[in-house]
Amino acid sequence: MSTIIKAINISKVYHKSTVPVHAVNNLSLNIEEGEFTAIVGPSGCGKTTLLNILGGLDQPTEGKVEVDGTDISSMKDSELIDFRLRNIGFVFQAYNLIPVLTARENVEFIMLLQKRNKKERHDRAMELLESMDIADKANSKPSQLSGGQQQRVAVARALASKPRFILADEPTANLDSSSTNNLLDLMAKMNEEQKATFIFSTHDQRVMDKARRIVTLEDGAIVSDVKR
Amino acid sequence: MYTTLAWRNIWRNKRRSLITILSITFAVLLACVMRSMQLGSYGRMIENSVRFYTGYIQIHKDGYWNDKVIDNSFVYDPEKLSEVNQLKGVQTFVPRLESFALSSFKNQTKGALIMGVDPEREDELTRVKSKVVTGRYLKPGDEGILVSQGLANYLKVSVGDTVVLLGQGYRGANAAGLFPVRGIVKFAMPQQNNQLVYMDLAKAQWFYAADQLITSVALVIDDPDDAPKITRQVEEIFSGGSYEVMDWKELVPDLVQSIELDNISGKVMLWILYLVIGFGMFGTYLMMTAERQYEFGVMISVGMKRLQLQTIVLLEITFMTSIGVLVGIMLSLPALTYFHFNPIYFGAEAAKAIEKFGVEAVYAFSLDPVIFTNQAYAIFIMAIVLAGYPIWSIHKMRPVESMRP
Ligand SMILES: Nc1ncnc2c1ncn2[C@@H]1O[C@H](COP(=O)(O)OP(=O)(O)O)[C@@H](O)[C@H]1O
Ligand SMILES: [Mg+2]
Repeated sequence: MSTIIKAINISKVYHKSTVPVHAVNNLSLNIEEGEFTAIVGPSGCGKTTLLNILGGLDQPTEGKVEVDGTDISSMKDSELIDFRLRNIGFVFQAYNLIPVLTARENVEFIMLLQKRNKKERHDRAMELLESMDIADKANSKPSQLSGGQQQRVAVARALASKPRFILADEPTANLDSSSTNNLLDLMAKMNEEQKATFIFSTHDQRVMDKARRIVTLEDGAIVSDVKR
Repeated sequence: MYTTLAWRNIWRNKRRSLITILSITFAVLLACVMRSMQLGSYGRMIENSVRFYTGYIQIHKDGYWNDKVIDNSFVYDPEKLSEVNQLKGVQTFVPRLESFALSSFKNQTKGALIMGVDPEREDELTRVKSKVVTGRYLKPGDEGILVSQGLANYLKVSVGDTVVLLGQGYRGANAAGLFPVRGIVKFAMPQQNNQLVYMDLAKAQWFYAADQLITSVALVIDDPDDAPKITRQVEEIFSGGSYEVMDWKELVPDLVQSIELDNISGKVMLWILYLVIGFGMFGTYLMMTAERQYEFGVMISVGMKRLQLQTIVLLEITFMTSIGVLVGIMLSLPALTYFHFNPIYFGAEAAKAIEKFGVEAVYAFSLDPVIFTNQAYAIFIMAIVLAGYPIWSIHKMRPVESMRP
């Protein structure tokens, strides 16, 4: 197994208030290909900040992040956008989908940005919606889907671009327990079947239990890192 | 994909988009009607006082225009004028001997402007034959006169009556005569309608003891835009003696100036209208940017280029603007076309009041394409400028910030 992400001594300090906030504090972390990793910890421990830095949405104040050996911490904005499009899938807590596009169009959208041809787009979108057990809602708009269904479409979209890894920041935070279980099971299945590398954050014990590696944060630093 | 996304985005908030589109439609409609009426009335004013009265170019003895007395007349030379007639764009020339006289009938007396004219040529310029409302038009060598309607009403004369004219002739000679009224003519412009008297040129020369003399030659030309060019050529032909050749802008400077003033006030009104509509448009752009911050954040996070997102927003704005402008023009065009060919005349009462101000009592409408293209340009330029806000906002937005709950 090869290492995809190497975060080396990264820190993120916010100076918004009188006391500087160390959202991420001198943290180092490696993510291997095919892992199914949960970043856990109480609210405010720095999960979102860490994922944003790993995904090239935010820059660390110190340290650097390498993805497949490329330093993304020094990239320009436009380079980063292109890098994210080609290498990283994103699932956010909620409202992931473009409201005016149907489920299938939302999945195709990312491939369109990658300039894939129409047939490939359509076939892969349907295939992924099938795998995520939501193909019957392919032509529904996000507003017609439940929270759990929306998140399944969002995972399908994240996978559509064939990314090197997928970042999901608290993807189940707004879901009830059965939708949560369902989404995690499907993500685990995609991890198995498609060898997709997932990194997701949560503060929910049941979600943690599904992970095969659990990285626990406290005040922006790793306090435990367990592989199962 | 851009167009699909843009089109669907417009209809996300149907009410707001419709209000925006309708406000543009309304502005374009109002602006087109306003401008059409203004340009139409200017055209009509120019037609009435230039096309049907002074002509687009006039030749006088030097100094006549500043001192319009019969002593400033010159010898009518048809040969030299036929040379002018040869110039490209010149249809014909119209000689006139113009001066004032007192007109009286029974115990009514009023000042009159006497126009000694060649009846055939005069009709080519002023179409005066068609303005005869009772009686008949002048014949060549006619002994009688045509009286304008307003003057005839004042003097209480009708066809067949004989009017006394009294004035001062060439070089102080007495001018007096009795003239039978052949016809009554009606002019649109009140200044003309209240004082004009038409007479055959030879008769006028006799009346004013101004044998062979005329005070002006008006030229009928094909295209008013050629007036300055033809003026220069005519000046060359008449360069030998002391003559003045003037184009219509010099002939009716008051009219030109009042049109220009009115035009400016019209444009100020337009700008106020656009300012109001512009605020509405900007409000919409502001809201459609603000309420989609999170969505924009997601799109840029997953790999959409800022330029692509800006293109979509610009397309949305372009769609809304185009629909608004097109509908506005489509609504105004048939109405204005109708009124262009069927001008609105005021009722008799209102007409009287309006004509007191020296204006013809009619709403004329112009169909000059500039009216429509200018509104379209103005709205589009405004939309593009205002679109700068969402464009800039997308340029500087940071997805992490805009997606924070
Ligand atoms: N933009 C910011 N400005 C100031 N402080 C921030 C900002 N983003 C996050 N923080 C602070 O950084 C810490 C970590 O936040 P976050 O990464 O969102 O934690 P989590 O996702 O685990 O709840 C918190 O104390 C939070 O208040
Ligand atoms: Mg968080």
